[in-house]
Amino acid sequence: MQLTEIIRNVRLGIKDLMIHGLRSLLTMLGMVFGVGSVVAMLSVGEGAGKEALEQIQKLGSNNIIIDSVKPVEQASSSKGRFALDLYGLRYKDFERMVQAIADIKSAVPVKITREKAYYADNVLEVRVVGSTPDWFQLVDHNVLSGRVFQASDMSNRANVVVVTENVARKLLTFSGEQRSNIRIGSNFFEVVGIISSGDAKDGDGGVQTPDSPLDVYIPINVMRERFGDIAVRKVSGATIREKVELQQVIVQVNAKEQVESSALAIETMLANFHDKKDYTMRVPLALLRQAEATKRTFNIVLGSIAGISLLVGGIGIMNIMLATVTERTREIGIRRAIGARRGQIILQFLIETVLLSMFGGIIGIFLGLLIPFLITYFADLETIVTWYSIVFSFGISLTVGVIFGLYPAVRAANLNPIEALRHE
Amino acid sequence: MSKNPIIRLENATKTHTLGSEEVHALDGINFTMEQGSFWAIMGPSGSGKSTTLNILGCLDHLTSGKYFLKEEDISQLNDDELSEIRLSHLGFIFQSFNLIPQLTVQENIELPLYYLNWQPNAYAKRARDLADLVGLADRLNHRPNELSGGQRQRVAIARSLANDPYIILADEPTGNLDSANGEQILQLIIDLNKNGKTIAMVTHDPDIAAHASHQLHIRDGKIDRIECRESKGE
Repeated sequence: MQLTEIIRNVRLGIKDLMIHGLRSLLTMLGMVFGVGSVVAMLSVGEGAGKEALEQIQKLGSNNIIIDSVKPVEQASSSKGRFALDLYGLRYKDFERMVQAIADIKSAVPVKITREKAYYADNVLEVRVVGSTPDWFQLVDHNVLSGRVFQASDMSNRANVVVVTENVARKLLTFSGEQRSNIRIGSNFFEVVGIISSGDAKDGDGGVQTPDSPLDVYIPINVMRERFGDIAVRKVSGATIREKVELQQVIVQVNAKEQVESSALAIETMLANFHDKKDYTMRVPLALLRQAEATKRTFNIVLGSIAGISLLVGGIGIMNIMLATVTERTREIGIRRAIGARRGQIILQFLIETVLLSMFGGIIGIFLGLLIPFLITYFADLETIVTWYSIVFSFGISLTVGVIFGLYPAVRAANLNPIEALRHE
Repeated sequence: MSKNPIIRLENATKTHTLGSEEVHALDGINFTMEQGSFWAIMGPSGSGKSTTLNILGCLDHLTSGKYFLKEEDISQLNDDELSEIRLSHLGFIFQSFNLIPQLTVQENIELPLYYLNWQPNAYAKRARDLADLVGLADRLNHRPNELSGGQRQRVAIARSLANDPYIILADEPTGNLDSANGEQILQLIIDLNKNGKTIAMVTHDPDIAAHASHQLHIRDGKIDRIECRESKGE
């Protein structure tokens, strides 16, 4: 089998396909839609998974995040006007964690409350986060100006605050100078730095990151002194008083491999000291794996559906090629009588089938590039066309061409030349 | 007597099995065709003359017996090897022309040369020369359906000559033509023979057979008689 022979057969194949242009086009359609839907569906799957994965990755793959939650049973038992709900993580829990878990690289306690912040005539409801300087290492952010607070601020019990860019814009109404004092609740704080805002959209069903756009950060010991551990909320007429020492603890371990064992150790330890389950644990790595598995399943399902249309396209091509072989029985007889070997007849018809499926595949790829574009444009869904989905579906279309072309080609080659020549 | 044999059949037998019944299409045939001879194969329909031509054309296998082409026994060759012999050494002319409709005259003539792996400019020249020889030099880019029956058969003759075969096998080449065209085609074949080509032609027309140097009469799969015309023009 020489290259010139292949080239000659390709030219012959194109010519034969052009003779029945409409028929070839219609036959190709199956392939076009098959390949197009594979590329398009994989791009939708890829796009859907991407956002969730990015958010999880922002949590840090070496991190474990423990949140205080109000236990379900206690929620109903809070009767009485001055009842105090006591739940959540304790300062003691944090100390025990740091002492007992060997693989912890760093850990930060987090207190969160909502307060009004005042500057000049501006008022802004902000989330006050009390933590240690390590917080800024564990949560991804950029320092835009000034500095974050330090260990010395902790030991000095300094009234310093780091605000996010959004807070700076809305409250300070400018972002250049930090040396301003803002009032949070009833206490004055000196703004020492501005960091970039977290871009987490609250309540969009995604994974919540530890930072939010309207955050102010102060040292945790200062927060404990100024705001205390008791929060009072008014919910539909009733006053709810809660005492929560720590809203959150973020733990970072040394290596990915230690995440799961450390999470288990923390879980066991917390279970020992808490009667009720008033905390939840989030392990970004586990979430990541889960999200990846979900994405994979999603891709497999979408890919299989699209794969079926490829199969249908292939069968359509085979059907037409079988008809072509019957139609061209005489030609096959002539070629055999002149001296074409069986292999050469197989090659001729196989190349014709592969050409058909390949052209279908190429048109399908363009369709597959167009559809995600339209989906993004009209449905506002993120789509990502990956190069491997193109290579993969093109490869499949060639393979389908070979597989479904082989039978008609072999059938053509096995025709008895004498009978083929007599065929009308 | 045999100065230069091209084809020799020895006890050639072809048996078809229809159910439990064996039908002898050829039943022990012996003859030798010499270089430059012109054989007419005759006989009533069903006598075995088409089978004889298919055997000679390596399109069919003998059940038993031997087939020597240029003194080489080819009765045991496989399909690919027989294809190779057809490609290199045999030329076919059919009653119904058997041109490939989607190819031009030139491409039809070139067809055997494709499979012989000739270079494109070499086979293009060869096709032009052959078209010239059969008088169709101005029809090279036409398709078969644009030609008359006589012209189509000329294309088929040009194609059969492309590989410069040992022998040309013709199956009633004038059967589908009117008498005027048939005459011309026959004359072309006679001219080829005069120029040294060996020809085996199936026909049932005694007038056409009269031009042949040998007449092979077959009846019921057996040779009825062989008539040899001594005054053959050299």
